[in-house]
Amino acid sequence: MTLTDLANPTRFLAFVGRVLPWLAAATVIVFAIGLYGAVSAPDDYQQGATVKIMFLHVPSAWLGMIGWGLMSVAALGTLVWRHPLADVTGKAIAPIGAAFTFLCLVTGSLWGRPTWGTYWVWDARLTSVLVLFLLYLGVLALYATAEEPGRGARAAAILSLVGAVNLPIIKFSVDWWNTLHQGESIFRSGGSAIDPSILTPLLIMTAAFTLLFTSLLLAAMRNEILRRRVRTMQMAAVQNLAGAR
Amino acid sequence: MNLGPHADFIVAAYALAAFVIAALTAWVLLDYAAQRRMLGDLEARGVERRSARK
Repeated sequence: MTLTDLANPTRFLAFVGRVLPWLAAATVIVFAIGLYGAVSAPDDYQQGATVKIMFLHVPSAWLGMIGWGLMSVAALGTLVWRHPLADVTGKAIAPIGAAFTFLCLVTGSLWGRPTWGTYWVWDARLTSVLVLFLLYLGVLALYATAEEPGRGARAAAILSLVGAVNLPIIKFSVDWWNTLHQGESIFRSGGSAIDPSILTPLLIMTAAFTLLFTSLLLAAMRNEILRRRVRTMQMAAVQNLAGAR
Repeated sequence: MNLGPHADFIVAAYALAAFVIAALTAWVLLDYAAQRRMLGDLEARGVERRSARK
C-alpha cells in the first residue's frame, strides 16, 4: 500500500483496522517501560522527587506543539488541495491536541508551585502555551458552531495556519525573553543538560506519549470518516423519503 | 518509594494525566461504537451510500 492509496477514505479505514491493534499494544508496552523508568529515576539534586512531573509535562508540551504543526499541514491540504482527509485530520487532532496542551499547563503549574513557589506567572513561555490552548479551543468552537461543515473546515484551517505563528514563539520564548521557565535543556548545542539517568526515561515516556497520540489520532480520524458517512446516508434517506411523497 | 515533601503535587499530576488519557480513550471508543451503530441502523433500513451502489 502506497501513501497515495491512504488518501482514499475506504482504504484508510482498512489500514487503520490493521494497524491500530498493534499500535495500541506498542503504546501499552512502551508506557509500562517508561513508567517503570520514571518511578526508578533518581531525584534531582535541586528539585528532589518533583522532577518526576517532568516525565508528563515535557511529552505533553511536545504533543501540544506537534499537534498544532500537523493541523497546520492539514490546513494546507484543506485550503489548497481541498482533500477531504486533510480536514478529517485537522478535526481529529484538535481535541487531542487541546487535551495534551491542557495537561502541559496543569502539570507545569503543579511542578511550578514547589519549584518556583508559584502556580503561574505571566512569562513568555507560559503565556504562549496558554495562547496555544486558547487557539485549540477556538478551532474546536469553529467546528462545533459552523452551520455548514465545509465552511467550518475552511475557517478552522485558516485559524490553524495563523496560529502556527505561535509555535516558534513558544519554542524560542525562553531565548528571546527573560523567563522564569528554564531554558532549552534537551535539544541544545553542546548536548542535553539532563543526566542520562533522568533523560532516558524522559525519552521513553515521550515515545510512549507519541504512540498514544498516534493511536488516538488514527482512531479519531476513523470515527470522523464514519460520522461523515452517517451524515451522507442520513441525507440520502431524507431525499428518498421526499422523493417517495 | 519516597516522594518527599511535595508528594501531593506529584500524585495530583499523575492522577490528572491518567484521567485525561482515560477520557480521551473512552471518547474515541464510545464515539466509534456510536458511529458503527448508526451506520448499522441506516444499512438495516436499506439506505446506501452512492459509492456503495452497483
